[in-house]
Amino acid sequence: MLMQEEVAAAFHPGNACIVSFAARVLWLIPALPMMAAGVIALLKQPQRRLSAGLAIGSLSISLVLAVMAFAHVVAGWANHVAVRETVDFTWMQVGAAHVDLGWVLDPLSAIMMVMVCFVGLLIFIYSVGYMAHDENFTRFFCFLALFAGAMLGVVISNSILLLFMNWEIVGLTSYLLIGFWYHKPSAAAAAKKAFLTTRIGDVFFLLGVVWLFAQTGTLLFYNGGGGSMEPLALGGMLATHSALGLTAAGAIALLIFAGAVGKSGQLPLHVWLPDAMEGPTPVSALIHAATMVAAGVYLVARVYPLMAAGIQPGGSTTALMVVTWVGALTAVFAALIAIAQDDIKRILAYSTVSQLGYMMAGLGLGGVAVGMFHLITHAFFKALLFMGAGSVIHGSHDEQDVRKMGGLKDKMPWTFYTYMAGMLALCGFIPFAGFWSKDGILDAGKGWEVSRWPFYLLVFGALLTAFYMTRQISYVFFGHTRSEKHAHESPAVMTVPLAILGFFATVLGLIGTPVWPWFQSFLGSSPAHFEFSALGESGMLMVSSTLVVLVGLGLGWWFYGNKSPKAEEPDALERVMPPVWVVLRNKMYVDELYGVTVIAFYWWWAQVADWLDRRVWGGAVAGVAWAFRGMAQLNRLFDVHWVDGGFDKGCEELAGGGGLLARVQSGRVQTYLRLLALAVVVLAAILIWSSRG
Amino acid sequence: MSPLAGYLLVAALLFAIGLAGALTRRNAILVLIGIELMLNAANLNLIAFWRYGPHPEALTGMMFAIFSIAVAAAEAAVGLGLVIQVHRHAKTTDLDQMNRMKG
Amino acid sequence: MSFAFWAVTALTVAGGLAAVTLKNLVHCALAVSVAFAGLAMLFLQLDAQFAGFAQILVYIGAVAILVVFAILLTRNADTPKEGGVFSRTWLAGLVVAAAVFAVLGWAVLAGAKGLPNEAAAPAVTVQQIGQALMGRYVLPLEIVALLLTSALIGAVIVAMHEAVNEKGGAK
Repeated sequence: MLMQEEVAAAFHPGNACIVSFAARVLWLIPALPMMAAGVIALLKQPQRRLSAGLAIGSLSISLVLAVMAFAHVVAGWANHVAVRETVDFTWMQVGAAHVDLGWVLDPLSAIMMVMVCFVGLLIFIYSVGYMAHDENFTRFFCFLALFAGAMLGVVISNSILLLFMNWEIVGLTSYLLIGFWYHKPSAAAAAKKAFLTTRIGDVFFLLGVVWLFAQTGTLLFYNGGGGSMEPLALGGMLATHSALGLTAAGAIALLIFAGAVGKSGQLPLHVWLPDAMEGPTPVSALIHAATMVAAGVYLVARVYPLMAAGIQPGGSTTALMVVTWVGALTAVFAALIAIAQDDIKRILAYSTVSQLGYMMAGLGLGGVAVGMFHLITHAFFKALLFMGAGSVIHGSHDEQDVRKMGGLKDKMPWTFYTYMAGMLALCGFIPFAGFWSKDGILDAGKGWEVSRWPFYLLVFGALLTAFYMTRQISYVFFGHTRSEKHAHESPAVMTVPLAILGFFATVLGLIGTPVWPWFQSFLGSSPAHFEFSALGESGMLMVSSTLVVLVGLGLGWWFYGNKSPKAEEPDALERVMPPVWVVLRNKMYVDELYGVTVIAFYWWWAQVADWLDRRVWGGAVAGVAWAFRGMAQLNRLFDVHWVDGGFDKGCEELAGGGGLLARVQSGRVQTYLRLLALAVVVLAAILIWSSRG
Repeated sequence: MSPLAGYLLVAALLFAIGLAGALTRRNAILVLIGIELMLNAANLNLIAFWRYGPHPEALTGMMFAIFSIAVAAAEAAVGLGLVIQVHRHAKTTDLDQMNRMKG
Repeated sequence: MSFAFWAVTALTVAGGLAAVTLKNLVHCALAVSVAFAGLAMLFLQLDAQFAGFAQILVYIGAVAILVVFAILLTRNADTPKEGGVFSRTWLAGLVVAAAVFAVLGWAVLAGAKGLPNEAAAPAVTVQQIGQALMGRYVLPLEIVALLLTSALIGAVIVAMHEAVNEKGGAK
């Protein structure tokens, strides 16, 4: 292995050729949970405390290391040094090409690491309580630890190949965790659906990886000027033209974005995410709210230089516009469907799809900082919401239909207040975290001619978000109880993480307000100052977005409020516009569409392949086998009749001859004497004859 | 024809007679008698050559013949003993019936 | 060749022929004794007196008697002989014997010209024979003695009555 250590600085160059301790041990952050997963895999099911302890312990150490690394980067930022430290090594050499792997410590990876470790750790602790009654406790923690390790691997990767490898492991663990209760057919089907749908995206992603490597000759993002995200390589890719009027940069960016579309559940490939709620609630919280789906957003952020290559001031690139449109459409589409769902987790799932659309739109319109800020805040409040939903489910004795809940605000106070905090953050109500991040996105899109329609879509989406969340909480917490079972508050091991997340959901936004945009400056490696004048610029927007949210909340309360209709009664909105309701309730028939097109084609193609396999290849093999058997029969005939026969005949003749000769041994003395005498006669005759001559 | 040739022819005739008896008679004892005749014919040959041949060693022929007589006597004794024993087992001296050594 | 030679020869040959053709075994034994006697006379004619008397003593006096003993001991008075005295395949034997005679006769006649013909008989006295036996031929003498002893013991053992053998007596 070749060790190449590099430091690249952006503010102004930091201490060159010194890779900090934090960067050097960065590999431990994903490695520790992975090793814990390996050890847990060898443990027996009853060893619960040990497996949970290993998982939580390894992630805690990773959190400490991540905070250390984060502190190092912040220290650098405070000293006006843009930290970007990479540690690379060559995995293998194929001819003249290097296959390099490595990791990078920069503001983006640092902040993501801390978020993943922190939220993950809280969810691990929460799972100890949630999964306490499950008999496969140990297996759960093994998969959780493996997931955490792989996700962190995605985050720290400096090599697109290493990122892809960890990406795939993330997909695998998602499959394992969604299908955790594999004996339930719906869970097994959901896991398969998730894996296959994300796979479609991953195929395009891999194509993008290969093309990127072919185009730039390197797999590393940052490599002291030679990396694929650095100006030299970008310039080369911009100059190369490919199909459809795109440059190589644009085409590769779109291929990589396709991978993000699959993993983050964007519009055509979103179908797996709602079904993924078959998994245990901690899985939904961790993977499908905070981290795995965020991996797609993180990927786009990581390759943002590629997406934005060739951007002119005031304009945008094709890749970024595609990202924005896909994001905006997804945001509205999913929000519409969320209105008509009855399963508490499914509402949140569609909400996640919608918010991911917001993040993608944020990346497309405003850049890395805008999209990432929403990602970070979303991680906290969505995890909170999912865990709160889990607490509600746990407390309502495994009831998941919101129409059968109600009045829980008095029976489960901790859950209620934290859930409210999360809900308001999600809606984007001032001053909760979601308000600042969502406003950042809207701010980036407003006033720009090219992004006008996405902007309107996003605003409409905000209204819908407020509407469906109000619907949900009024069904769940307000009104009177509709279930027969008695609900109770969840244990402390579940409510304490809720409280912690609730706190962050409330205050986290303060690091990214226009007044003091610390987050954005940190990511952009520029100094941050208190600017109260910024309030004036974005003040109009803040007021109008708050108004939109209030309209949404009001509409929701007006329709649903304290009413608590029974499950059999039609929904309030359904009474108003029944056909729309039916379409929304059936998830806009997307699954059915896929069923008749893609899946039907796939089945047909599988039958064709099966026929080919059985008749053509199988036939060929059978033909060869038949030919061999024929040859074998021929050989046998030859062997039996010619060889054996000949041999046997020969032996018979010999035996016959022997028999004939044996007659000489008559056992009678006189015969022997006669023969003796005869022999003597012959000998004597010869002797005499020869001596005469 | 020299006298020696005459004696040799007689010896040959006797030998042939003895052989014929040994080869054609059924009784084992007669085979032995035939064998004795053959031995005697051989002795006659020896003595004839002793008389008419050159004799740097005067005694050789005679010695040969004397020893031959002695050995023939011994052999007759053993042979007849065997015949008697075989007769006890097989209750017959018929050679045609003695083919247990058949190959 | 003198008349005596022919007469003795005729006697010997007749005796031999009779020995191999007669039915009664005792007659055969007697005939062969006559043949032995004839041979003894031939030896005497050849100036081999010691051989001639040894022939009479041993052959007629011992071997012929032995043969008679054997004939008497192996008589099966109750079972008549089936198929005659000659073997079923007697012709083959006769042919072989004739062939042997032919070859021998041919050998003699073919080399008849080269046969030696000393006029005088070798002058050998019994004393000389005795001295030679104890001198030059002592080893063959002793061996023959051993041979005779072993033949004696062997013949006794071979012809011993079965009752002794069944008792598992030491051999």
